[in-house]
Amino acid sequence: MRDRTHPAWIAFLVHRVSGLLLALFLPLHFWALGQAIAGEAALEGFLRWADNPVLKAAETGLVVLLAAHLAGGLRVLALEFLGWRAAQKSLAAASAGVALAAGLLFLLNVV
Amino acid sequence: MTASDRRRAQAEPGAGGVNRMPGRASGQVMWVVQRLTAMILAVAVTVHLVTIILAVRGGLSAAEIIGRTGGNAAWLGFYAVFALAAGLHGAIGLRGIAAEWLGWRGRGLDALWLALGLLTAGFGIRAALGLYAA
Repeated sequence: MRDRTHPAWIAFLVHRVSGLLLALFLPLHFWALGQAIAGEAALEGFLRWADNPVLKAAETGLVVLLAAHLAGGLRVLALEFLGWRAAQKSLAAASAGVALAAGLLFLLNVV
Repeated sequence: MTASDRRRAQAEPGAGGVNRMPGRASGQVMWVVQRLTAMILAVAVTVHLVTIILAVRGGLSAAEIIGRTGGNAAWLGFYAVFALAAGLHGAIGLRGIAAEWLGWRGRGLDALWLALGLLTAGFGIRAALGLYAA
């Protein structure tokens, strides 16, 4: 249990949970977009429907999940293919920073 | 897994990662596809996040999105490759989690995960074609 406070374990957990949620969201995202994009008027109607604080909050969450999974994935690739094991903690911290920065940037622009 | 599979798994150096499933050829292929799609997605998701953050400035509009993607073969190609990589990557990720948490393993299930990934990608490519044609 001691290992579960280690940054590498937390990074693994964040990568696993964000990946799971994104993989479940992806088919819905693609299907809904495919339905909505039936010309400019239909897409505009979909965008106006999505234009509310609840969905913007959900979208911000998705942006953070996507950025966290991207940064965490780069960390995994760096470990596996470049052998950057000495930089474990720094990579985990950088991943968290990228995810938070992306979420904040989205939020600042969308509100 | 047969006895010979188990013997091969034990003899195989490097096998035994979460997604690799020791000694199973389809597991090895899945692992390679997962890493290759990850490398594509590293670029595609970065482009996607930057596009999202820039596009939402001043509010999203259909005219703005279609103005960028309509009739643009480069964006169509980008989104088609992105959708294929994301569909496969997500399904293979779910396969690994299902194997680890639920014990769902086997060649038949691998084929189902692959089909699910391709189906998801198909929905994404349909959306990309809609943006191109709009």
